[in-house]
Amino acid sequence: MSYEVELKHIEKYFGSFKAADDASFGVEKGQLAGLLGPSGSGKTTLLRMLAGLEQPDKGDIWIAGRRVNAIPARERGIGFVFQNYALFRHMTVRDNLAFGLRVQNVDDHIIKVRTDELLELTGLTAVAKRYPQQLSGGQRQRVAFARALAPNPKVLLLDEPFAAIDAKVRKELRSWLREAIHNLGITSLFVTHDQDEAVEVADKIIIVNKGRIEQAGSPVEIYQSPQTPFVADFIGESVKVEDYTRFKGFGDESGSAGAHQGIIRPEFIELAKDEREISLPLGAEQGVVKATYFRGSNMAVDIEVCGQILRAARSLEKEPLQVGDKALAFIHRIYSLEAGQTRIIENHAKRQESVVI
Amino acid sequence: MELVSKLASVKAKEKLAAGAWQEKLVKWSLIFIGAAFLVIMMVLPLVLIGVEALAKGWNAYVRAVSEPFAQKALWLTAEATILAVLSNTVFGLAAAWLLTKFDFKGKSLLGAIIDLPFAVSPVVAGLFFIMLFGRLSPFYDTLQAYQVAVVFAVPGIVLATIFVTLPFIARSIVPVMEAQGRQEEEAAALMGASGWRIFWQITLPNIKWGLLYGIILCSARAMGEFGAVSVVSGHIRGKTNTLPLHIEILYNEYNFTAAFAVASILVILAVVVLILRNLVEWRLTRAERTGEHEL
Repeated sequence: MSYEVELKHIEKYFGSFKAADDASFGVEKGQLAGLLGPSGSGKTTLLRMLAGLEQPDKGDIWIAGRRVNAIPARERGIGFVFQNYALFRHMTVRDNLAFGLRVQNVDDHIIKVRTDELLELTGLTAVAKRYPQQLSGGQRQRVAFARALAPNPKVLLLDEPFAAIDAKVRKELRSWLREAIHNLGITSLFVTHDQDEAVEVADKIIIVNKGRIEQAGSPVEIYQSPQTPFVADFIGESVKVEDYTRFKGFGDESGSAGAHQGIIRPEFIELAKDEREISLPLGAEQGVVKATYFRGSNMAVDIEVCGQILRAARSLEKEPLQVGDKALAFIHRIYSLEAGQTRIIENHAKRQESVVI
Repeated sequence: MELVSKLASVKAKEKLAAGAWQEKLVKWSLIFIGAAFLVIMMVLPLVLIGVEALAKGWNAYVRAVSEPFAQKALWLTAEATILAVLSNTVFGLAAAWLLTKFDFKGKSLLGAIIDLPFAVSPVVAGLFFIMLFGRLSPFYDTLQAYQVAVVFAVPGIVLATIFVTLPFIARSIVPVMEAQGRQEEEAAALMGASGWRIFWQITLPNIKWGLLYGIILCSARAMGEFGAVSVVSGHIRGKTNTLPLHIEILYNEYNFTAAFAVASILVILAVVVLILRNLVEWRLTRAERTGEHEL
């Protein structure tokens, strides 16, 4: 497969701190990819190296079939949206957009046409004469986006593009940005620490942890088959259990000694008030409700099962559970984290059931 | 019972009144101390300069000020000030740009060296230039061969002034540049702008008020510089006398009226600079507060 943008075996140190550790990944042409990882995982550093704002200590960076390690930032043809937008504060919106074109000595008339087009695209025509300080957060973000696109870059990089915007506007902007990027067909890579954002916006997610690439794949792949313990733990609302063999239906078959660490997500648990509510009452564990949290669309329930607190979700349509109530929890599956690998284990009860049928 | 409570309330009122009175006393004595200090240290000297300068009438004042040596001294001061401001503007911009937009080894050392002229006594700075360019210097013979006079000549005065005023401009723009970060420059670089274009179109417009503030501080200091210039000047009337040096000579000759008359020129210049400084400071804080930079 040929990638439009590719990092190969990138290493980067800041003093003794390793910001990138043999990092390799690629983004296909026209794809919108998200670099996802916790704060300090090195994702922004990867983005800055791609842009040419930092130099890798080892490894190769390829953009559009060209090794760009030795090419300075200004010749890489990259559009970059900074986390705080870095708009030119003494220039109007229109001048901000025109800057990249003026640098290329583009004809004034063409600049006018192109900036008009971008103002239209981003819905900023009415505020073209304003200065960045006179704009709202969402408007600034769109100016930054339009400014990065103005010189027709081959690749668009966005560093935490939604971090500085309030929650409501962020949702709108996400879908707007996703649509705009897909319509333009520009290869894009954005950095985020918010998994909802990554899952919602990206075609491909690249998970970064401590400078290493943990996994790259579509949001569905990442969600359904995490390949490393870190990914299994990081994605979703995961609860780590030290020994999953103590749960009904997950008894140790292989008889191998040692740790049986596993991860359980709320959506793996079927929660019931009594036996009538549950599909497989025999495989269900008895538990006690320890806490409940109203989540707007559902109820998050912390339930203690076999001395372990698990997080589950309960529909608001069902009879509410109170703290101290007895309840049943059927665990459909567990990610086992043995030997640095993740493996999905289904509840044995389900298998037996299907055999019977 | 009633009487007791009445008495108590009267006493409380008295206490309250005593407290308020004490508070007033403290307030007014502090104001008096502050005002007296200001009058003795700042206002009286300024008034005295005016009074002394005009003691023998307006004509004597005009004569003293327009006397050729005084005029020469004024021009030399202007020359040294302008050259110092020019060279320190270039140096200050370069140094601030380096200190805020790049990371390199020895960055804090460079910062400390820039501050050196603040710490070193101007007289020591003057002696330093004597050692470097004077008779004891290893370059003396070479300088003589090319007939370049540094010490006891105008170049020495300019050099000493530059040295003493070196930190002002760099120090006024470093905080502004630091606060603004380097992302705007990075954004411009990614759009293909050259370093030169980034400086003129992105960095400079963002720091113009800070720069102007530094230039004003630098001019004020350059005009009034006495110690370092005194050491390297040689006090040749009409040749190497700046205004402060000229004032000292007149004063030492018991020519008080002339000394104060010339001093009044410096005072007037200082007041002008002060007004400019306040104007720029006002603009600077406004620019910082609103982030607006258009004029």
